[in-house]
Amino acid sequence: MTARAQIRLLADNHRLHMNDGPIDLVLEAFGAPREIEAAYRAAANRFVAVLDELCSELEFLRQPTRVDGPLPQGPIARRMVAAVSPYASRTFITPMAAVAGAVAEEILAAMTNSAQLSRAYVNDGGDIALHLAPREKFVVGMIERPDRPSLHGTTTIDSLHPIRGIATSGWRGRSFSLGIADAVTVLADTAAMADAAATVIANAVDLPGHPHIERVPACELAPDTDLGERPVTKSVGVLSRDDIHYALSAGSRVANSLRVEGLIRSAALNLQGETYLADENNSVSPVAISSIGSVVHASN
Amino acid sequence: MADDSIRCDACPVLCYIKPGRTGSCDRYGNDNGQLVRLDPHVMLEQAQSRGESLVPFLGKSREWDGSLLTEAGTFVTAIGAGTTYPDYKPAPFIISSEVAGVDMVTVVTEGIFSYCGVKLKIDTDRHLGAECSTVRAQGDAVGHVTTSEYGSQMLSLGGVRHLTGGSRHEGTATCDTLLNLCNGKSVELEVENGAKVIVQAGKAPIVDRVQEERMRVGCGSATIGMFAKQWFGKVDEVVVVDDHITGVLSEHQAGKLLGVPETGIKMKGRRSTPGRYFKVAEPGTSWGGTNISDPLSILGPFNPAIARPGLRLLMVSTTGEQYAYFELDEALTPTEKDLPASLRESVARIKENCEPALCTVLFMGGAGGSLRAGVTENPVKLTHSVRDALTRVTCGGAPVYVWPGGGITIMVDVSRMPENAFGYVPTPALVAPIEFTLKLSDYETLGGYMDHVRPLSSIHRDDDGRRRVVSRADNPWPLASGKGSTQK
Repeated sequence: MTARAQIRLLADNHRLHMNDGPIDLVLEAFGAPREIEAAYRAAANRFVAVLDELCSELEFLRQPTRVDGPLPQGPIARRMVAAVSPYASRTFITPMAAVAGAVAEEILAAMTNSAQLSRAYVNDGGDIALHLAPREKFVVGMIERPDRPSLHGTTTIDSLHPIRGIATSGWRGRSFSLGIADAVTVLADTAAMADAAATVIANAVDLPGHPHIERVPACELAPDTDLGERPVTKSVGVLSRDDIHYALSAGSRVANSLRVEGLIRSAALNLQGETYLADENNSVSPVAISSIGSVVHASN
Repeated sequence: MADDSIRCDACPVLCYIKPGRTGSCDRYGNDNGQLVRLDPHVMLEQAQSRGESLVPFLGKSREWDGSLLTEAGTFVTAIGAGTTYPDYKPAPFIISSEVAGVDMVTVVTEGIFSYCGVKLKIDTDRHLGAECSTVRAQGDAVGHVTTSEYGSQMLSLGGVRHLTGGSRHEGTATCDTLLNLCNGKSVELEVENGAKVIVQAGKAPIVDRVQEERMRVGCGSATIGMFAKQWFGKVDEVVVVDDHITGVLSEHQAGKLLGVPETGIKMKGRRSTPGRYFKVAEPGTSWGGTNISDPLSILGPFNPAIARPGLRLLMVSTTGEQYAYFELDEALTPTEKDLPASLRESVARIKENCEPALCTVLFMGGAGGSLRAGVTENPVKLTHSVRDALTRVTCGGAPVYVWPGGGITIMVDVSRMPENAFGYVPTPALVAPIEFTLKLSDYETLGGYMDHVRPLSSIHRDDDGRRRVVSRADNPWPLASGKGSTQK
């Protein structure tokens, strides 16, 4: 009989697809064929234990993280707690805010620990962990609108950059959001850090009390959600230009302070076709260029 | 939990699910306190009389249970059967029933098809787009234009590259398009540098807001051949306008045989053989699948050495939908006149010989290793058994074509399946019902899960959430003896 997890190469014969319950990963490694094989085997071996491992501590992982609180057992759970801890003193957050990024990181670590790879990525539903050997680089596709992905431009992450994680969060995604951003994409040093930050920034893109925003207590939608009775966004009506800029400015202020603290490297915030970029230029103004999509492309 | 939430045990996340909601995988839901797949489990009742089509049976179980129907007349389909995604347990239903004294087993599961798509046949002569052009839905690439077939354009939609090989949104748009087409809903498609077309299984296509009515009777040349005799003596020249091969009566072999004299007509385009012209115009959505609205635009000046004033010319499209009648004036210029009654019949006959234009949707997918593992401990034996025609494959009770060669790759006409037979998972991938029917003894031989085999009567007992439908009269009964006509 087959294992519970589903693991197979995609049609291109390069990328590996792994699925177990709600976890869905696509990954790719670059290097000598023998090394790629070893990396994929390591990824698969690690992956089959991931869901059980997370579920064994699920109750703890759904509790708000406290400063200097207890630590969980599992290595992925520890990555999650480490990623959300910087936010524990200032906002409500649970380790679940970083679960996708932490899983991506853990699988990537399993790969790089057992094979010599020039490059690799693990994409967990848009939350991506990157590996770059010295002098290697990834070209990341830039898309203007997350709902109309066409490659608008590219940005290059090379081995000299500290960026190794990309994550996207928004109310349209599979997870609940307290904010109204269509998509907040974050570049950070690790995938779990990017994941946690994207959640926090997306929550901050908001217009409290706005009549065109429909919210419901999270537990009314899913009784076991980590968000309890907090109102999550169910729909966002068409907003005025002023409202869009007000909400994006609020999110950008948070993004820029996280950037100054070193928790993220840059972020792109998207709401109803408008994009704000928070990067080293400290810009909180609208930008003509695109947000950074969650598509990693191999460049050769 | 104090409320009506239930706990899903399909995977270790063990979601609590509120009534009317789904778990974190989006596939299992809470329907009034019951953990269900979203679609009710569909059973087919063997149609009692021919000509009876699919009818949802809405009554509650006790209204019919045990009274109207015998066991042999009931076939459990895989629609809504659920699946142990990704198939690590035996298939959810392994059912035994006795047919003609032989114990038959039907293994029922819902397959998750990442490798799947739709082959779409659109009956139209209008140009939808060049071969290999990208086909988009909701702005995303979901497939491409493939070959032109007789009177039809073929599109290939979906496939693993669009489902999981591109962006998340491309995958979702593709999944959505396939799901709607397979469930008989209409979908708007846009061909790159081509037409916008609204398609729906079993309905006429709407090309650039024009509803297609008829398929062409043949190419322009074939139309000349078919109607030459009816035109002979009533008109001097006929041009059948067609994007592929435009026919000219006086030059065509059929006209020559009848002794139609030369008319001095000068066609644009490239002559293939006498009376047959390629590329008289660009492809389009007007006359005979070309881009012309004025038929005279494909003619050069008549040859004054041959043509004479008063010469009668009929121009007609391959579907008879467009036509115009001209006579040459003193300067040998065609002047449009009303169509004479004697020609009206032949134009009407072209139209009459054109069949209704339809869109037809074939779902195509491959039953992968893990799906087969839900049927037997040794999956390749199931493949061999299907190949040897010991096991019959059906989709929602409908017959399928099993491709020769390795694996179990099937095609099925979605219009022969029960309503809303398809679902999806957020991977994204399509969920399609698939049933394997074989003799109980054969099932044991191929390593089946014998301890999971349940008699059909046990399904009858706990049948809440089961929907009974009458099977289509034109589908072979899945449990009937003899080999399926469409599989070897």
